[in-house]
Amino acid sequence: MQTPTLPATVTTPEPRTPPALAAPLAGSPAPPARVSIEGTVVADRVYRAAILGFALCVPILLLLIFVEVGIAGWPALRQFGFGFLTSSTWDPVAGQFGAAPAIAGTVITSIIALVIATPLALGGAIFLSDFAPSWVRQPLAFLIDLLAAVPSVVYGLWGVFFLLPLLREDVMPFLRDTLHLGATPFFRGPAYGPSVLAAGLILSIMVLPYIAAVSREVLMAVPRSQREAALALGATRWETITGAVIPFARSGIIGGVILGLGRALGETMAVTMVIGNRHELSASLFAPGYTMASLIANEFSEATSDVHLSALMAVGFVLLLITLVVNAVARWLVWQTGGSRS
Amino acid sequence: MSATVARMQDAPHPRARGLARRRATSYVMVALTCVAASLAIVPLVAILGYLIRQGAGALSLDFFTSMPRPVGEAGGGMANAIVGTLILIGIASAVGLPVGIGAGLYLAERGGTRLANLVRFLADVLNGLPSIVMGIFAWEFLVRPIGHFSALAGGAAIGAMMIPLVTRTTEEMVRTVPQSLREAALALGFPRWRTSLQIVLRTAMGGIVTGVLVAVARVAGETAPLLFTAFGNQFFSTKLTQPIAALPLQLFVYAISPYDEWHAQAWAGALVLIALVLVISVMSRFVVRSKHGRAND
Repeated sequence: MQTPTLPATVTTPEPRTPPALAAPLAGSPAPPARVSIEGTVVADRVYRAAILGFALCVPILLLLIFVEVGIAGWPALRQFGFGFLTSSTWDPVAGQFGAAPAIAGTVITSIIALVIATPLALGGAIFLSDFAPSWVRQPLAFLIDLLAAVPSVVYGLWGVFFLLPLLREDVMPFLRDTLHLGATPFFRGPAYGPSVLAAGLILSIMVLPYIAAVSREVLMAVPRSQREAALALGATRWETITGAVIPFARSGIIGGVILGLGRALGETMAVTMVIGNRHELSASLFAPGYTMASLIANEFSEATSDVHLSALMAVGFVLLLITLVVNAVARWLVWQTGGSRS
Repeated sequence: MSATVARMQDAPHPRARGLARRRATSYVMVALTCVAASLAIVPLVAILGYLIRQGAGALSLDFFTSMPRPVGEAGGGMANAIVGTLILIGIASAVGLPVGIGAGLYLAERGGTRLANLVRFLADVLNGLPSIVMGIFAWEFLVRPIGHFSALAGGAAIGAMMIPLVTRTTEEMVRTVPQSLREAALALGFPRWRTSLQIVLRTAMGGIVTGVLVAVARVAGETAPLLFTAFGNQFFSTKLTQPIAALPLQLFVYAISPYDEWHAQAWAGALVLIALVLVISVMSRFVVRSKHGRAND
């Protein structure tokens, strides 16, 4: 596994037979000479059927999730109808359920996350693909990728003990009083800390690596000739980016942003820990709120009545539908520009 | 392609503005992208720094070997949660790896068909599925019918989350294996299935190991799918049919508790968890490096 002498890719400069490649051929038992053709044909059929079966697991799993969650949520959806999406009453005791605050919270936190993360991620991606000296490129890209490897619950822990006090003591008073943004309805009210704003900020950190990775990849997929043509026409380095590179990569970058949106919509643990978990529809970003994912995480194990459980399942189903659409659109856009990995 | 270049040539602004000003704009914007890239890693540094400062104090050998203490007593450890997480990763790998690698082989070998395109697309869609949805699905599918929480349900839930990642990496890696190698094996009389499993898969193994490690690192820290499946356990348990403790779950419970002793334990747990995840991530980088040189640049 650690043999450093296995250039197994087509990009190998010298296409000699790598020693480790010869090894499996020489090391494994010689192909049996007297096996019947029928035996081979049967074995090949079994092999093909097996990998086909594994491949079919993916659509089946997705279908199963869709059906199971949908059926479980159906009683609530049928009972409350369209009002489930528009009503803001969530009262387990009275058996009344409307998911509007959670849906609104999900959308608002995701928008905050994208507004903050997109310029940073895109700027970083442009720097890494076009401007960074080669010795910076790899380590920096690796560090940004590492952001995606930090577990959600660790972001939450950091959020609770570092971000929330920072918001409560410095950022919120600064926004409200020093910048006088308290005059707008968006930055009004007491600064508790746990808030829609905190959730949006944490989410922005969490989706940044995804947007950056996809953007960087589609930017690097832009042909070199495109850049050279612009430079040859006398464009500056920045004009090359805005005039020749970004137009070429546009739909891929948008796809990356939408992919980030998909992450933000479904992110659970970190949001649950910093958003305050309150069923309330407030214009102020300082107020606590709920997202669909945090609502499920927070109430699912406490749900005692069937209708409460079904309502939570229905919230999950709505979340599932939204993220499926968002992800499908994103993938389609990224594929169009020739990016492949997420 | 030529359209955008032509448009640049006709655009009034490059000619209208002075060269000095255009150059200045360019320098400023290049500098700004550099600032954006630097700002992007500030949170990483902040989180890691804060974690080490808070967690290093509570971290000792005890943390790995002893059980959680009741509220009010300082010290204690998370031995049950660490073992639980390893067991869950094991179950997840048993579920996710065969399916992921098999599906990846299918996509690489049957690449062009309509079904393959559909599977590839759905794997990417599955990759973006919210983890909490996977959690309630696993509860509905594996916990509710059986009647109690179990390690198996938790492991299966996070194993399902590994499938799309492993599928796509396997496909990509198998595709990089030269066709001539496959042809050589077939010409020697190898049946197709042995060519695929013994020659092609083994050649691509380095890259596949990377993908597997990335997937393991990702699910090792997953919490939401475990909330209603593995559920957590205050006691030491290795029974697969019983609720089992997991590091991320324990961390969550401790973090939102009001007790200072538990907070300290949460920090130490976070440090262990992130060390585990980062070591796996860095390791995966080096597997790729040594196997494929600059191929993945």
